Amino acid sequence: MQCAQIQINYYYVGLWTGHDFHSQFPSFATCSKTELIDLSTVDVILISNYHCMMALPYITEHTGFTGTVYATEPTVQIGRLLMEELVNFIERVPKAQSASLWKNKDIQRLLPSPLKDAVEVSTWRRCYTMQEVNSALSKIQLVGYSQKIELFGAVQVTPLSSGYALGSSNWIIQSHYEKVSYVSGSSLLTTHPQPMDQASLKNSDVLVLTGLTQIPTANPDGMVGEFCSNLALTVRNGGNVLVPCYPSGVIYDLLECLYQYIDSAGLSNIPFYFISPVANSSLEFSQIFAEWLCHNKQTKVYLPEPPFPHAELIQTNKLKHYPSLHGDFSSDFRQPCVVFTGHPSLRFGDVVHFMELWGKSSLNTVIFTEPDFSYLEALAPYQPLAMKCIYCPIDTRLNFIQVSKLLKEVQPLHVVCPEQYTQPPPAQSHRMDLMIDCQPPAMSYRRAEVLALPFKRRYEKIEIMPELADSLVPMEIKPGISLATVSAVLHTKDNKHVLQPPPRPTQPTGGKKRKRASDDIPDCKVLKPLLSGSIPVEQFVQALEKHGFSDIKVEDTAKGHIVLLQEAETLIQIEEDSTHIICDNDEMLRVRLRDLVLKFLQKF
Amino acid sequence: MPEIRVTPLGAGQDVGRSCILVSIGGKNVMLDCGMHMGFNDDRRFPDFSYITRNGRLTDFLDCVIISHFHLDHCGALPYFSEMVGYDGPIYMTHPTQAICPILLEDYRKIAVDKKGEANFFTSQMIKDCMKKVVAVHLHQTVQVDDELEIKAYYAGHVLGAAMFQIKVGSESVVYTGDYNMTPDRHLGAAWIDKCRPNLLITESTYATTIRDSKRCRERDFLKKVLIPVFALGRAQELCILLETFWERMNLKAPIYFSTGLTEKANHYYKLFITWTNQKIRKTFVQRNMFEFKHIKAFDRAFADNPGPMVVFATPGMLHAGQSLQIFRKWAGNEKNMVIMPGYCVQGTVGHKILSGQRKLEMEGRQVLEVKMQVEYMSFSAHADAKGIMQLVGQAEPESVLLVHGEAKKMEFLKQKIEQEFRVSCYMPANGETVTLPTSPSIPVGISLGLLKREMAQGLLPDAKKPRLLHGTLIMKDSNFRLVSSEQALKELGLAEHQLRFTCRVHLHDPRKEQETAMRVYSHLKSVLKEHCVQHLPDGSVTVESILIQAAAHSEDPGTKVLLVSWTYQDEELGSHLTSLLKKGLPQAAS
Repeated sequence: MQCAQIQINYYYVGLWTGHDFHSQFPSFATCSKTELIDLSTVDVILISNYHCMMALPYITEHTGFTGTVYATEPTVQIGRLLMEELVNFIERVPKAQSASLWKNKDIQRLLPSPLKDAVEVSTWRRCYTMQEVNSALSKIQLVGYSQKIELFGAVQVTPLSSGYALGSSNWIIQSHYEKVSYVSGSSLLTTHPQPMDQASLKNSDVLVLTGLTQIPTANPDGMVGEFCSNLALTVRNGGNVLVPCYPSGVIYDLLECLYQYIDSAGLSNIPFYFISPVANSSLEFSQIFAEWLCHNKQTKVYLPEPPFPHAELIQTNKLKHYPSLHGDFSSDFRQPCVVFTGHPSLRFGDVVHFMELWGKSSLNTVIFTEPDFSYLEALAPYQPLAMKCIYCPIDTRLNFIQVSKLLKEVQPLHVVCPEQYTQPPPAQSHRMDLMIDCQPPAMSYRRAEVLALPFKRRYEKIEIMPELADSLVPMEIKPGISLATVSAVLHTKDNKHVLQPPPRPTQPTGGKKRKRASDDIPDCKVLKPLLSGSIPVEQFVQALEKHGFSDIKVEDTAKGHIVLLQEAETLIQIEEDSTHIICDNDEMLRVRLRDLVLKFLQKF
Repeated sequence: MPEIRVTPLGAGQDVGRSCILVSIGGKNVMLDCGMHMGFNDDRRFPDFSYITRNGRLTDFLDCVIISHFHLDHCGALPYFSEMVGYDGPIYMTHPTQAICPILLEDYRKIAVDKKGEANFFTSQMIKDCMKKVVAVHLHQTVQVDDELEIKAYYAGHVLGAAMFQIKVGSESVVYTGDYNMTPDRHLGAAWIDKCRPNLLITESTYATTIRDSKRCRERDFLKKVLIPVFALGRAQELCILLETFWERMNLKAPIYFSTGLTEKANHYYKLFITWTNQKIRKTFVQRNMFEFKHIKAFDRAFADNPGPMVVFATPGMLHAGQSLQIFRKWAGNEKNMVIMPGYCVQGTVGHKILSGQRKLEMEGRQVLEVKMQVEYMSFSAHADAKGIMQLVGQAEPESVLLVHGEAKKMEFLKQKIEQEFRVSCYMPANGETVTLPTSPSIPVGISLGLLKREMAQGLLPDAKKPRLLHGTLIMKDSNFRLVSSEQALKELGLAEHQLRFTCRVHLHDPRKEQETAMRVYSHLKSVLKEHCVQHLPDGSVTVESILIQAAAHSEDPGTKVLLVSWTYQDEELGSHLTSLLKKGLPQAAS
């Protein structure tokens, strides 16, 4: 379950969003902790991948959320399939009434684990309907990788390929001077999706890192090998293989491995069945997202050939797909065989039937590949079980070695991650390598905790109109550094700032038609610049002489000099950082002296 | 003065060999690299020697963009990149990248194998050329280099057709390529956001046509007919159209498609279904629109079969290949019909028969008499005048430039655009350069402190009293920052130099200094209502930050000296005060 929220510049960006299954009952814990976040104040939700949008209907349909949801096209299409399958599975087993008394805290604590440890059971809900799914999905704006999306003129968000699944994205959230990367569910392995875009994550002020592998100790390649050999072994001995799985994702890679493996392993006559209400759609959709696939698969489309070899498995009748085990499947069904079906939690869906059908024979094998569920817990209600159980979790998301490689490459100023990534897993507390190690140390957050991101906004973009730019007079202060004083009119619209030239003064200074004394005070006064520099006394005296002052006397003081103009009864104190002109009320004289002093100073 | 320069090398007041050079923000971009189907000589390709007289094209051009796979937009690409020599990036969409090499190869075969042309690009050159292609997604912002970025929009003309935005800093140009503003049976409508480019370069093929809905044209469509088409594009739409019509009317007459390309072509449509229209995308799992039941592959022998039939044959302008062969075979019979579903460029047989010519001179001085009916049905997916105006309205450009059309028709459209949108509209001929001065604003970073200070003051904007923002622009290399003057001094490690004035104002007042100060205070308080006037415990008076002290005159006890002291920054108020005080104080009531 992942969910984070980032507030930038007063706009909330939600980074969404998964859910937990507590499907024995079937009710679902969603991620929103409503007292913490008022969802009607969330402006935008960014979806990372199709697994991370399963709670979307709860948010868009029931919380007052009125913002925009952004996701890539494959994410939406496959997310729809996952939700459709879920709704279909749940609706097959309608419950006349639902149990809710157990949610009482006094009863709950008496229940066996994991129920007694479950948090916030009162917020668990019934599964949504297909109608709610369609309504939720209709609120999504489709975006492409590297598309810059302007939000309110103040923030720009951009999805980048995360390499984990079809259309899976990391998100850049940036203003002109700050950059936050949200890295969730990324993979550096070469599987079917487009490789992860690492380069665009560089120069991040903050990198939020989540969705790492659930099984940091398992090597996905090794697991695939084990999967194939166990599958072959079982089938050769006349047993059946059951693979509980989601209808999209790793199954494409498994089918591709099997495509290469079956002939050499002598399995050409073994039927593969893929049973899911969305099996056909999933297989078809996988073939039309060429632009979201890895390079090898893209080039196949140019031939033109379907990018995934399961098209050929279907054509040659080796792979057959069915919406459910009723209907055509029951007449086609041959054993021994391999069945891919859901749900991987083993709590609902067609997989339940196969567990009951094959569980009693030790010839059969169930192979767990999805990492989201503890296989022991999944199997618990089916015990005692004669069938073999193989655990080959295939999780291609980043492990800790890859994370440190990534962080070295990308070099964010700060890393923010869930607390559990900053310490070794509780079961392997000696494995110091199973945690995020970076400098400065990652900032961690806990569920429902508010974390201030460690950057201070200092600058914002403003545009200087060309006419104003032409009127500026830059002067070089230091080699390579020039300054120009700017007096301009600020216009701000839709969070965009523009500087325009000041209007020409309507009244010339020192206006002649003076009616009342207060009329003369300028409304839109021209600000005087700050001064800097120092006045060299000798040159100053020379300048005075040149301008007709005579009878000049210079006295040294502790901090500088005093220049006396005896005739004019004027005294000029000159120090390193200050000049003080003391004179009679003679404006002409004062202005002459002022201009002489200013000649030696720089204006800012 | 910065400017945008546009020079068409092809498609300037003409249709064919689209190729437009654009210089923007110091970057040079070539839009499309097409061939002309009406010519077989030098005029076939754009004149690339125009781009740079000496020096390599790669050094001069920052990138090349191809809008879609039609040969009049990409046909010269291998010649340009491999024979003239260009090694920079070539951008196009994925479907264009997939289909373009196939059409190029097809074109090469007709030119070299059938017509026996020498000095033409080879298959290997097509492959090498395609290696330089970088595929782009719709709406993806592609950073060509640090300054130049391009972005593709859906154009709906053929599968994978795109419009491109080219942007450098705040200056931008949009090039439409060919586009269609009404969704058809297999593609969606072109769309662009309100991106307000400095210049919109639009095609104008159907500048004077305003087409009615397609439905009415579909009705009286079918007899025994030859339909010359290009393998990809309109062909698919017409196939879908006939397929559904045959299905509905339960027709039995065979429909043939002439080339092996078609099956392959249909396969591309299946794999790139995300580029087709909403309806096809939605239903493709149940029924793929590109799997046709009634349309069969054509064999040359079928042309002599008796009875009605419909044959789709390539190419679409009857300038070569199978469509021309069948045309020659069928032209003599008035019961036959040829339907031209698209635009034909000058010089092609298609163009000739459409302009009413019925006696055609063929190769070897042979004259072919055309007795068959000739119909023109505009199925070509270009925007019509209404569509072009619609796109201009969508994008809100500062000016418009017309290409890919005939001069006369352009003239009409140009007037229309200038009248309706009040923007200038250009229509340069090939080799003619249009120069547009631009005045880009300059982006700088403003310190948040300074900005917030100003915004807090300016909460109630008043147009008559605009508020001035005062700050210092620090320019270091290409990094421009606007900060408060204080911050600028601090950052540069400079100390402020304080300039202070103290003026002596003599007042005739025999009273004590404290009383004089009091009188000054009450006078100023009554006169300067908008300023903060204070009387301090030590006897001095302040107006804002200006200090006034009263002192006794060293010689004349009847005179008091007012010392008015202010800094340079308060000069106006200070100088105003002294002149005010110089006039003396009003007589006290006593």
